[in-house]
Amino acid sequence: MVECHCCQEHVETEKDQRLTALLAEYREARGALIPLLQGAQEIYGYLPEPVMERIARSLRLPVAQVYGVATFYAQFHFAPRGRHVIRVCLGTACHVRGGARIFEALRRQLEVEDGETTPDLRYTLESVACIGACGLAPVIMIDEDTHGRLTPESLPTILARYE
Amino acid sequence: MKSLMQSCCERCAHRPATPCKEYVRCRTEGPFCHDDDACRIARQRRIEAVEPSGQTGDQKEARGGFLRWRLLVCAGTGCIASGGRPVLEALQGAVAERGMAEDVQIALTGCHGFCEQGPIVVVEPGKTFYRRVSAADVPEIVEAHLVGGQVVERLLYRLPEGEVLESYPSIPFYARQHRIVLANCGHINPEDLGEYMARQGYRGFLQALAMDRSAVIAEVKRSGLRGRGGAGFLTGQKWEFTAGAAGEEKYIVCNADEGDPGAFMDRSVLEGDPHAVLEGMLVAGYAIGAQGGYIYVRAEYPLAIRRLQKAIAQAEACGLLGENILASGFSFHVHVKAGAGAFVCGEETALLTSIEGNRGMPRVRPPYPAIKGLWGKPTNINNVETFANIPHILRHGADWYANMGVGRSKGSKVFALTGKVNNTGLVEVPMGLSLREIIFAIGGGIQGGKAFKAVQIGGPSGGCLPESLLDTPVDYESLLEVGAMVGSGGLVVMDESTCMVDIARYFLNFTQQESCGKCAPCREGTKRMLEILTRITVGQGKGEDLAALEKLALVIKSTSLCGLGQSAPNPVLTTLRYFRDEYEAHISDRRCPAGLCAALLTYRIEGDKCRGCSLCARACPVGCISGKPREAYVIDESRCIKCGACLERCKFGAVIRR
Repeated sequence: MVECHCCQEHVETEKDQRLTALLAEYREARGALIPLLQGAQEIYGYLPEPVMERIARSLRLPVAQVYGVATFYAQFHFAPRGRHVIRVCLGTACHVRGGARIFEALRRQLEVEDGETTPDLRYTLESVACIGACGLAPVIMIDEDTHGRLTPESLPTILARYE
Repeated sequence: MKSLMQSCCERCAHRPATPCKEYVRCRTEGPFCHDDDACRIARQRRIEAVEPSGQTGDQKEARGGFLRWRLLVCAGTGCIASGGRPVLEALQGAVAERGMAEDVQIALTGCHGFCEQGPIVVVEPGKTFYRRVSAADVPEIVEAHLVGGQVVERLLYRLPEGEVLESYPSIPFYARQHRIVLANCGHINPEDLGEYMARQGYRGFLQALAMDRSAVIAEVKRSGLRGRGGAGFLTGQKWEFTAGAAGEEKYIVCNADEGDPGAFMDRSVLEGDPHAVLEGMLVAGYAIGAQGGYIYVRAEYPLAIRRLQKAIAQAEACGLLGENILASGFSFHVHVKAGAGAFVCGEETALLTSIEGNRGMPRVRPPYPAIKGLWGKPTNINNVETFANIPHILRHGADWYANMGVGRSKGSKVFALTGKVNNTGLVEVPMGLSLREIIFAIGGGIQGGKAFKAVQIGGPSGGCLPESLLDTPVDYESLLEVGAMVGSGGLVVMDESTCMVDIARYFLNFTQQESCGKCAPCREGTKRMLEILTRITVGQGKGEDLAALEKLALVIKSTSLCGLGQSAPNPVLTTLRYFRDEYEAHISDRRCPAGLCAALLTYRIEGDKCRGCSLCARACPVGCISGKPREAYVIDESRCIKCGACLERCKFGAVIRR
């Protein structure tokens, strides 16, 4: 997906309008940077460069500071993401119950590394430190659904449900 | 009167703008300003709906046709993941179809804690505990139990010996627990303030309002409550520091950035009883003289964030948060801040700078947040569980609380019991119970009859304890003595198939990735330690490695800026102390005694034992096993990921792991 930013000042997409409203909402708020980045990522699915620049202008912060904060936190992404995000829990409980095997099987099946997206933009694979559903270890989360008590063999059926 | 929080009639004048001092008492005892039986009965019904007092349906008429059954359906993350939603829908459908909507109340609750048995449905009155319920079981529950009054035996909990237990208090997992913080989790609808009130909610805050500010602090101090987030600092003393700090503008912050892998108690409290946290913050705010508070929640907990926001809105709508609360002159506002995914933000100074919108890096203390915290103002930070304890201390008194526990560790503590244990879930016990009691009596022992090897306690900052220390009492001092800590309260049980070197490497990998990078000992030191550990697990360990690990560990511990670095080497130090022979086996024999470290293993199929059944080939997730039916199969070792799926599947013992 190639986006043209050269005439962004003139052509406001629906997403840009939502960002404008968001920026207005946080103009006077203290500690607004992180909620703004979160909100912008919700709108665009990730944080494109021009968006971070707009946030910087709006908060009167150096662009470097906005980048610095965004890159510090694991939650922010700078490239388009898959339609479905697969979060593989590698917490302690999952680890001792074979979470690494689940991750390895997914990595091979989808042919992507940690944090990468499949070329068809169907899945993004991520390892996370703990989902907090340790009783069901090993666990993965696909979008907002938690799948527990997994074995490598159960994965293809579960994945097939996410188009 | 649909909710306990609505006015009983027009004569009630309480509004957030025109608060009434008696509001909380009036809702649960009143009405006080007028005498009206209708108001009283309506209120009583509402409380009965939350706490059915009758034992059988026969008493329905005697109770004036009050609600007959209350079904508590667990809506915690665990039960939803094991298929709770279809159960809920089926229940709603079946009850409506039977025309029983008037007689049956279906309440969504927070986590019951016994995640292993989910989805869980509890039927009140009677405390009947149905486990692993599926939508297909619902018609039977409705027909047999709700209509016929007979329990459905096959859905009840069964002891390993085969005995069936009907009600949850008799199940060993619950029987030995002492639930205070978790008392409401699984028993009330967390999205209904009225249900919290029906169970004495906001009474602790009311108690506090009737006391002098300093008396509230003294009470908390006398209870002996210590921070439940990790460090174990005396809560009352922390409050005293902030209360005594110079300046009018002060803040209360709730640390809900639960990042320890293997710990989920904060999540369950936030999802199952959010008002308890708000009430604790209100008490703290009143005692310290703060005007506002923040709850910093992990972004990975979207349900907790939604429930908190709902709880705040409800409390604001009836004047329990906001200006001039209950005509006391005390004003308090609470905001939710979603974290952005950084483990180090659990450290208090990092958390504060993150709320301010910066990179979440810790800073040198002093000045402590109590003196110079959020926006440079005095700030008191406590953990979710600490706040959730406060209402109980005020309601029942400091002495009641201090009577629980041992030595300088008072009260109860919630532990997240996970790993290779039979009954995984949340366990709340008085401080001082032994590890053996928690893991074997409550946790039901090790899965699959395997041998216990170690328990990892306190998350990445804690340590791994061996079997010889199972009788250690779980309290702050005893655990420190053996090299572990209470920490946030994660208890990960490991059996003989867990490699302790791998576990140490796992934790180091975690802390190394989560190090913010500000100070060199943590940034560089953990990296070097991880390199050494990784080398050992792939069979390239050297004789001098163990001494190097120990030296690095001690330097990192004593020179790091914040708690993350200071505690990062703990898992390595305790495994070196208690499981040194495993390290030595990896280094000198190039052998992993637990049979886990993949680089030291090979999988092979023994030709003469293989019957060619193809089970292994079908189980292999990477398809590296090939062969013809009824002939010996072969594993392509270059593609094998050493997951062991083939070994588990083979019925003839033909797959050999070395």
